[in-house]
Amino acid sequence: MSSGDDGLHVIIEFGGGAELLFDKQKRHVVNLPADREWTLKLLLFWIRDNLLKERPELFLQGDTVRPGILVLVNDADWELLGQGEYRLQKGDTILFISTLHGG
Amino acid sequence: MPVLCSAKCGNNAILKRPKTGDALCKECFYWAFETEIHNTIDNGKLFKSGDKVAIGASGGKDSTVLAYVLKLLNERYNYGLQLFLLSIDEGITGYRDDSLETVKQNRDDYEMPLKILSYEELYGWTMDSIVAQIGRKNNCTFCGVFRRQALDRGAALLGVDCIATGHNADDIAETVLMNVLRGDIARLQRCTSAITSGEGSITRCKPLKYTYEKEIVMYAYFKRLVYFSTECVFAPNAYRGHARAYLKDLEKIRPSAIIDIIHSGERLQAKGTIKMPERRNCSRCGFVSSCEVCKACVLLEGLNRGMPKLGIGKSSKVRLQQAEVNRLKTRINF
Repeated sequence: MSSGDDGLHVIIEFGGGAELLFDKQKRHVVNLPADREWTLKLLLFWIRDNLLKERPELFLQGDTVRPGILVLVNDADWELLGQGEYRLQKGDTILFISTLHGG
Repeated sequence: MPVLCSAKCGNNAILKRPKTGDALCKECFYWAFETEIHNTIDNGKLFKSGDKVAIGASGGKDSTVLAYVLKLLNERYNYGLQLFLLSIDEGITGYRDDSLETVKQNRDDYEMPLKILSYEELYGWTMDSIVAQIGRKNNCTFCGVFRRQALDRGAALLGVDCIATGHNADDIAETVLMNVLRGDIARLQRCTSAITSGEGSITRCKPLKYTYEKEIVMYAYFKRLVYFSTECVFAPNAYRGHARAYLKDLEKIRPSAIIDIIHSGERLQAKGTIKMPERRNCSRCGFVSSCEVCKACVLLEGLNRGMPKLGIGKSSKVRLQQAEVNRLKTRINF
């Protein structure tokens, strides 16, 4: 992770049991390197490489999230925003909620 | 670029509905979600005024949303229901003991009386001790069979008219697939019904039958409902997991697949010539059963006699096993 003011600050949150793959930590404030244009798809790989603690197959399937994980950007369904193509903005909150747990 | 709500209310949409593809804002989503559940209740005649209803409560997302929505609809549409929470403590350390805390929270939040019944007091066995005996294969069979009966017993203790469970559209579509794969025509016919009742057994209903899991989770999130979200520590070996993964893959390709499978299941009918299992009462415990002795009693006997495979899988295998035990006993007698 690069530091400095020129990076892209975003907040990443996990819920519904998805946090179990991230050391049970629900909220992560991160600064993404400013060397590229960040899309949600790129962020998924960045999360896998930098935040994920275990069993990546429970988070990613191919180049998107595993079916059953909901993604919200600033409390809006990513399916309204172009999913992986959405371009991250400074200060965005990206929330991943698993629907697969419990019962 | 924000997307506008399909209902033309002028607000920004927050969710794309999997069932219809509509983009809805928060308020229109709440309205659609709640009204659809009301329609399921109304069209299926799930309740009568004055009914006492036990909500099968696990502390998970489905039963938490069910309790919240039933309370809300009961007030909004004057159903005249008396609502209770009924929880089963299977005795799974690190799972049910934690989730029961959530149920107690529901009891306080929704002001509903709560009854907790444990496998230990009903059967003399906890799931922890069953798994210690039989290993991690087939344990979900025990848990499922025991829970079904435990809910019935709890309902009898509470004196309710009906048990409402949080089965959602995804659960029902999974069950349809599983019953097709197993060739279980009797269950295939029953599993899509929003309400089931029979002589001697309590009425059960599924108000969330047409409600997608995605929407239940979104509703709980936006309403800030607190639920317990840990996978059962024994679950990963369950057959249902495969049906679930398959269904989620289908949903990704075509979101209406879930509701389509339910509709297909509803339209399947067995020919009149197909022999269906008769429903009668267990000769040991008196609960409804399709056999002389019900599955719960057979499983329990297996546990108590140190033959836990009794009642699981093919009966021919069990007979072989029993013969082997008898042969050994005979030898010892010599």
